[in-house]
Amino acid sequence: MAYRDNDKYADVPQELKQKLFDEVKADERYDDYLYGCYECGICVSACPSARFYDYSPRVIAQTMAREDLNRFYEILADDIWNCAQCFSCVRCPRQNNPGGLVTLIREVAVRNGLKETREVLQGYSRVIYKVMLKGNQVSPDMLRPDFFPDWGPWVQEFSANMREWRLAIPTDTLRGVTDAAWKTDPKTLRELYYIWYSTGNLELIQEVDPGLHGLIAEVVEEELAETEWAD
Amino acid sequence: MKTVTLDLDQINVRKTRVFPRDPNAAVAHDLRDELFELEAKGEIIVQRVPEPYIQVQTKFGRVKKIPIEHTWHHKSCGQCGHIPGYTTAIFWLHRQLGLDYIDPTDQTSCTGWNYYASATSNAVAQAAVMMRNFAAAYETGYFPTIHCGTSFGHYKECREQLIKHQDLRDGVRRVLDKLGKPLVIPEEIVHYSEWIHAMRHEIAQRQVFDLSHITACVHPACHYHKIVPEDAIYDWEVFGGQRTATVTGLVQALGATAADYSTWFDCCGFGFRHVLVQRDFTRSFAVQRKIQVMIMEANPDVVITHDTGCVTTLDKSQFSGKAHDYKVGVPVISDAQLAALAMGAHPFRVLQMHWHSSDWRPLMQKIGIDWEYYWQEFQEDLAAIKRGDKAGVTWQDSDTPIRTQEHVLARVPSSAAAFSKEFSMSQRLTTPVGE
Ligand code: SF4
Ligand code: SF4
Repeated sequence: MAYRDNDKYADVPQELKQKLFDEVKADERYDDYLYGCYECGICVSACPSARFYDYSPRVIAQTMAREDLNRFYEILADDIWNCAQCFSCVRCPRQNNPGGLVTLIREVAVRNGLKETREVLQGYSRVIYKVMLKGNQVSPDMLRPDFFPDWGPWVQEFSANMREWRLAIPTDTLRGVTDAAWKTDPKTLRELYYIWYSTGNLELIQEVDPGLHGLIAEVVEEELAETEWAD
Repeated sequence: MKTVTLDLDQINVRKTRVFPRDPNAAVAHDLRDELFELEAKGEIIVQRVPEPYIQVQTKFGRVKKIPIEHTWHHKSCGQCGHIPGYTTAIFWLHRQLGLDYIDPTDQTSCTGWNYYASATSNAVAQAAVMMRNFAAAYETGYFPTIHCGTSFGHYKECREQLIKHQDLRDGVRRVLDKLGKPLVIPEEIVHYSEWIHAMRHEIAQRQVFDLSHITACVHPACHYHKIVPEDAIYDWEVFGGQRTATVTGLVQALGATAADYSTWFDCCGFGFRHVLVQRDFTRSFAVQRKIQVMIMEANPDVVITHDTGCVTTLDKSQFSGKAHDYKVGVPVISDAQLAALAMGAHPFRVLQMHWHSSDWRPLMQKIGIDWEYYWQEFQEDLAAIKRGDKAGVTWQDSDTPIRTQEHVLARVPSSAAAFSKEFSMSQRLTTPVGE
């Protein structure tokens, strides 16, 4: 029996698989991340995701080195989201960076709005919203009991006392702030919005979540209208 | 077949062999040469490490400069948002040591957590976020110190890519030009835990709580020592230079036992996206591969680490481990919090221990801190805030240590000698690297 059903994405045209593969290879970081593969498995021995999922950094490096388009497409659609991005795999004696390859493949999956990618990122929208508009990935008001029930009664205690607990922090930039991690200047945020706007980062969001894109684009465009940067 | 028997002493001698590093023979070259070349061509400005600085050794022997003060603190969103005692402890240490720093509002996070979680960004955007922050630091004249391990690793990788790829530099330059900002790359990218490592003897001199009966397990943060690994601090005196000295060096300087455990190289299970939307992996890994192994092999009083995600993951995952009868129940704090605790920081106003969920009370008791007394004091702060009598807790409320050296010296005269034996900061500065 085959280790995997290599026909899972048999209906996806080879030309599309080739195009997406070429897109990964065209990234200027690609040559820094892959030098071939000894197939030694040293990366697997250090990989946390390999312990809990049907996932292997060796397969990532090997597939890319062999240019196996069918297996590549499975990696693109499914495997990449198992990676914990810890970079333990840079122990590689061939100087590969399988975790870095995963980052590049993920970028291509997002840029092309793959159905599987959109599904994976569905529960993640509020985080993208926060990071793009506040410049912080997380904030105290995200620590809600319904999101973190497995963190125990501490989350309830925190939620009930959030306002006072935040005011009871001596660090000036943190004190009292609940919707972001720290106080950020409005000008700083506008500069960040210009970065998203001018580097194609907003269009990326359009590919994976058009609704979220609409919400973010509205704020970004309104704020940038106040500046002389946006053309 | 002939059997060879080695006794334990022989093995230990072998394990403690010193492997001197020659940076000229290293597999990784010194990136700064290229930075200075780009500066000479007028492409970038290299922000120099301000004096005074301390020199430390990195993995292959390159000497890294760690600035002591005049630093611009690039905060961490996970620390500030969910572990505020972490950030506060870093600043409290600077204040106790009388060192000049800036806690900026002209700062965004690196946004790397999101990038490693969802890849909803690209190389130019990520490098531009970094360069905007570096330009903001440069404009103040202060040198960036990075609080987050992921920002530190991510920035080092972005720096390497910027140096290698002209296209990327040009793309970032277009963005920063528009914003009216210069292209600045610091001479060194410095993680706050490297500052703590460099200052550990200075911190130990001001220690007011004895930690000699405390056992700690150290979790080295992946994005600290695995991304651009040649830039992490290694020291012959710590694990024979075979793993990063950052954090362990502090634990040892404070007189606690840094206990080894077999899964030290494993990550914590954070996973970036996993901790937010797929926590079954995070919980399982943190408990089964880290916490339980530490407890079974070393039974520590505390776990010390030096990154945002590691503290959160190792601390918060223990609750569900308990439900499954795993061996859990050890507090998790940062090296900054440990250093501040040893120097007498208030457990709630400064260390903000109430944000940590694994039980930290036994640790406090073992160290001899009457945490209930300080909790009561903190409850009064909260009540005053609630009534509107107090706008918030300030540095004025928090700067004074709960115990001073006068207090220690008056009670335990022998420790006075121990303090005076330590190097003073000026001696450290002139001590050649490696001695
Ligand atoms: S970065 Fe990904 S592939 Fe590499 S060790 Fe970590 S989880 Fe495994
Ligand atoms: S990627 Fe590197 S470590 Fe992994 S199997 Fe290939 S050569 Fe070995």
